Amino acid sequence: MVSALINVPKKAKRGEIIEIKTLMSHIMETGYRHTATGAIVPRDIITGFTCRYNGAEIFRADLFPAIAANPFITFFTVATESGKFDFEWIGDNGFSETASASIIVE
Amino acid sequence: MRQHKTSTRREFLGFAGSAAALGAVPIVTLRPAEATPAMLAAAIRNVVGEAPVQTGKVKLEIPPLVENGNTVPMTVSVASPVTPDDYVRSIHVFNEKNPQPNIGNFYLGPRAGRAQVSTRIRLADSQKIVAIARLADGSFWSISADVVVTLAACTEEVI
Repeated sequence: MVSALINVPKKAKRGEIIEIKTLMSHIMETGYRHTATGAIVPRDIITGFTCRYNGAEIFRADLFPAIAANPFITFFTVATESGKFDFEWIGDNGFSETASASIIVE
Repeated sequence: MRQHKTSTRREFLGFAGSAAALGAVPIVTLRPAEATPAMLAAAIRNVVGEAPVQTGKVKLEIPPLVENGNTVPMTVSVASPVTPDDYVRSIHVFNEKNPQPNIGNFYLGPRAGRAQVSTRIRLADSQKIVAIARLADGSFWSISADVVVTLAACTEEVI
């Protein structure tokens, strides 16, 4: 099962502003819900997201329970050189996922 | 116009179901206290410290009326150039009435190209959303938007 969906343009012109869309499948249990018997459902969320472009961090986010399930985050960067984007999500209960995407800059 | 706190349809059906199964039972709901405007102010102080927060520059796109608070699309953009010397350092989004005042902190930088970020959020009630941007010169800019939610998120029962 693919748990991450990444959308990065395959090619871009040097200096072009590109949009990066990311989606990670995760329940994002808030920790504020309770079952019919009154028991609290424990919190289980993604707490952090990082994007690196050829090793350098270009975007980072702290997430809270108010982020909807399957966190969808989009942001922008400048295409400077060909290479790789590395994405990382970390969260409760040792959650850790990575994904990557490559880009050709002409 | 505001619904009573304990009267969402899902909860009502949940209770109606359990009441039918067990016969008449007293209904007691335990609800975490919602974030108050004071908690919102405290969360904002946590980020900005004593610095003044000016209104403007930030644009918060969020639907004014949402049916389902479980997933509300939101886009924050800042009217700021993005150059090596003049850029947006971070964008912070807060709410007034979820159990917790924070929604997300987004750290951009001089390589962002465009100071804009989008995500999907949860809203537990009709409330005010506040977005604050920190620019490279250390100044803070904010905007707020009111959202009416008909189906709340976060605190509903798991059935």
